[in-house]
Amino acid sequence: MDWQGQKLAEQLMQILLLIAVVVAFVVGYTTASFRTMMLIYAGGVVLTSLITVPNWPLFNRHPLKWLDPSEAEKHPKPQAVVVSSKKKFSKKLVSVLKIIVSLISLNQMTTFCY
Amino acid sequence: MHTFGYRANALLTFAVTALAFICAIASFSDKFSNQNPSAEIQILNINRFQKKSHGNDEVSLTLDIAADLQSLFTWNTKQVFVFIAAEYETPKNALNQVSLWDAIIPTKEHAKFRIQTSNKYRFIDQGHNLRGKDFNLTLHWHVMPKTGKMFADKIVMSGYSLPDAYR
Repeated sequence: MDWQGQKLAEQLMQILLLIAVVVAFVVGYTTASFRTMMLIYAGGVVLTSLITVPNWPLFNRHPLKWLDPSEAEKHPKPQAVVVSSKKKFSKKLVSVLKIIVSLISLNQMTTFCY
Repeated sequence: MHTFGYRANALLTFAVTALAFICAIASFSDKFSNQNPSAEIQILNINRFQKKSHGNDEVSLTLDIAADLQSLFTWNTKQVFVFIAAEYETPKNALNQVSLWDAIIPTKEHAKFRIQTSNKYRFIDQGHNLRGKDFNLTLHWHVMPKTGKMFADKIVMSGYSLPDAYR
């Protein structure tokens, strides 16, 4: 069952059961028969389960389109560079330090000019 | 909803919740029925009125019971239990209730009835207070619905009295 089929099955289930409830109650109340109400509702539950529980073709009309395996081979997944977080952090730190150092030297250079 | 089991489970849960909802509504619908039961009881005969050897008064009566309880039956009624109690006051107790007769009414067709019967259960006082005693005959009923809360009510009929002497 595909995604849309699942959604459809759930909505169908709820709507059919609610219809069964309304029909059962109205018929039961008008015929003044509790038994009739229960039988209609039981019938509604059985019908709903026959419609929504098995994996009918109706629920498989939107299959997911996966890429062909050969297509995937043509475009190999880029290898993720394994970098530990500690390393990353030190790298960042180094770059920040570099910037600071360059700023300081720039400052010195300007003072020197004066 | 991706497997058979999940769908069956979701359906069952929803179905049972909806079932509880219908039952609640069915029970609620009973509130719109108007109930006007009627009853009439006559004492045809006092068969026996004695003081027992252990000092308690005992009465045997023949009752003529006519009642129409059809309006108690709705589509949500399983059965109605009725009983007749003799109610009287004694110096010791403000209210004495003695059950004389009872019945279970299974259907609406049986709810309008008239019977003549002697008391099914013995009418014995705790003591000897019954001579010349005025008492009420009360028809109590308990309605047992198919779903919902049981409820009870009664009709009190007064103006009955016992003879002044044992017989």
